[in-house]
Amino acid sequence: MKLITHNMLTSKCLKGVMTGYPLAINATDIKVTEVDFNPEFITRVIPKLDWEVLWAAANSIGHGEGLPKTLEPKFEENEDLLKKVHKVLLEVEVEEGNLTCPESGRQFPISKGIPNMLLTEAEVQ
Amino acid sequence: MQEEHKMWRRYLMWFAHEHMDFRHAEMYSIISLLNIPVKFVEKPCVQKPYWIVELPSEDCVRKIASRSVLLKNCIELWSRARTEVQLHDNLKKSLNNSTGSWVLGEKKDGISDTCLCPKELIESSLSPKKTFKVDVETFCKHFTMKEKVEKIEKFSYLPMRGPVKLRNPDVTLAYLEFYGVDPNDVPEKPYDVFFGKWIADGQRDLIQVHSLKKRQFIGNTSMDAQLAIIMANQAQVKLGDMVLDPFVGSGSLLVAAAHFGAYVWGSDIDYLMLHGRTRPTRVGQKIRTKDESIRGNMRQYGTEARYLDVVVSDFSLHNWKPGLKFDAIITDPPYGVREPTEKIGIEKENYTLSEHHLPNHVPSKVEYGLSHIYSDLLNFAATYLEMGRRLVCWFPLVREEYQEEQLPSHPCLKLVGNSEQVISKLAARRLLTYEKITDDVPNMPLDPNAGVHNFREKYFTMGESTRRERKEKRAGEVAAYLAAKMAASRTDAT
Ligand SMILES: C[S@@+](CC[C@H](N)C(=O)[O-])C[C@H]1O[C@@H](n2cnc3c(N)ncnc32)[C@H](O)[C@@H]1O
Repeated sequence: MKLITHNMLTSKCLKGVMTGYPLAINATDIKVTEVDFNPEFITRVIPKLDWEVLWAAANSIGHGEGLPKTLEPKFEENEDLLKKVHKVLLEVEVEEGNLTCPESGRQFPISKGIPNMLLTEAEVQ
Repeated sequence: MQEEHKMWRRYLMWFAHEHMDFRHAEMYSIISLLNIPVKFVEKPCVQKPYWIVELPSEDCVRKIASRSVLLKNCIELWSRARTEVQLHDNLKKSLNNSTGSWVLGEKKDGISDTCLCPKELIESSLSPKKTFKVDVETFCKHFTMKEKVEKIEKFSYLPMRGPVKLRNPDVTLAYLEFYGVDPNDVPEKPYDVFFGKWIADGQRDLIQVHSLKKRQFIGNTSMDAQLAIIMANQAQVKLGDMVLDPFVGSGSLLVAAAHFGAYVWGSDIDYLMLHGRTRPTRVGQKIRTKDESIRGNMRQYGTEARYLDVVVSDFSLHNWKPGLKFDAIITDPPYGVREPTEKIGIEKENYTLSEHHLPNHVPSKVEYGLSHIYSDLLNFAATYLEMGRRLVCWFPLVREEYQEEQLPSHPCLKLVGNSEQVISKLAARRLLTYEKITDDVPNMPLDPNAGVHNFREKYFTMGESTRRERKEKRAGEVAAYLAAKMAASRTDAT
């Protein structure tokens, strides 16, 4: 699971959970692979992100290095920054671990890089 | 001031003679995506595998051809007529047409037989320095090599002074004859003949490159490569888009979207499918290999950089954050014929699960009816699509019950494409394309119009009854045969 995906996922499907966001990450295996850099894409994605959530998530798994806590207004002109965001969004992947709902504590396993957000039949009653 | 030469050029666009009902939808999606103005010289007709159009530049032609999978090729049209004689006559006259523009003949039934192209069009392509060849194509009628050469020789009056080169020449001229589309009724003379310069091929080759036969990971409902490409075109996918398939299966729709530059997400309720651990689909294959995954497929086609993630998730309880907007949603929901339509749930009341078997628990499922699926899908698209962007999805139906008004609908979504693919005598599926036209999303209750709730039931009961009929018919024949035999043996005995 890449952090771009983490930034978009919630556990609001759970009964009684209001926002279910952000999910906490507990990673036991992280892999970093090189991915072609596309500055236009990164520029388009940044406005769709919750920046603080990205910053916190990256730091929580030890890959926040160099990422500013707040986003500068003219980020699209800062290629260095775009490259860092690219790396954090697309190159760092949680292979094994868990996502935890901030409200209920319900955990969703990540295995072989794929999060499993399925609920049990008991939870959807 | 130097005014650019603003003459629009005339092109023949030749299409594959299949998926005819998709031609218009695919082409219109592409021309509106690329924002290319197209003038129709002649009203397109589904029965004819070609369009005659005017476009502002050759660059436009190349752009369109770089996307369309139904387009075979594009020819810069120099002459077009209903008879061979007329075609040559026009071309000869064109060689003297120094007005710098087309001289348009009078139209009959919307078609003109005597249009003359400017001579520069011909002369600039036929310089002595350029290598060339002439291709002959005849639609719906076969000719021998010798006959084709004879047809080429009739063009000897053209100032073709460069050397002939059959492989990769600088200029390819094309002569086409159209004998209609009915192989059982081929006329002596062609209905339509064309001559011009080849400009570009469409994306027919991509069908082979993306063929499921050579794809690493497939499932039993993987989408045929050509249809997947049509879907990506209708979704107007472009470089840097974010695209979602919420019923992703083996990811065949993501493969096509990523080919056109999209970054892709998928989700599916089937854990084993996303982990590449379902039973192998290919005949004779015992186990799935390690690389069998959606990501592996994208690696195979060189688009892994645009793979975002896949998530195991039930669409009826999806996990996308509010406010997120996708550039396109492309999907093939389950119809319940080759795969069940299900969501997580249970019919027992007050059911509980003990904590400890949570991680590996395979949840039980309840029926997720088609009307619910489509109503969820349209509501989702209305909320989660960027304005002006598209949802492209298949919709199954029993053919004789089809009514356009009964297709799924939503006030925020405008139906802009609706093409039928016939599956059997009874059943078809339609590729529906919706465009988001307003951001003001009311929460829609279940769409009562989704008159498909029991497609699966209808499909099976109708299939069933014909099977039963066949059986009865066979039984009847057997009985008649036996009776005849018995009668014969009786006469023998007397
Ligand atoms: C027609 S198949 C899609 C095939 C896909 N286009 C491919 O290339 O393989 C429908 C998919 O929907 C999935 N599905 C069925 N019910 C679902 C649900 N409630 N939520 C999410 N996915 C579901 C099935 O597991 C199946 O993979």
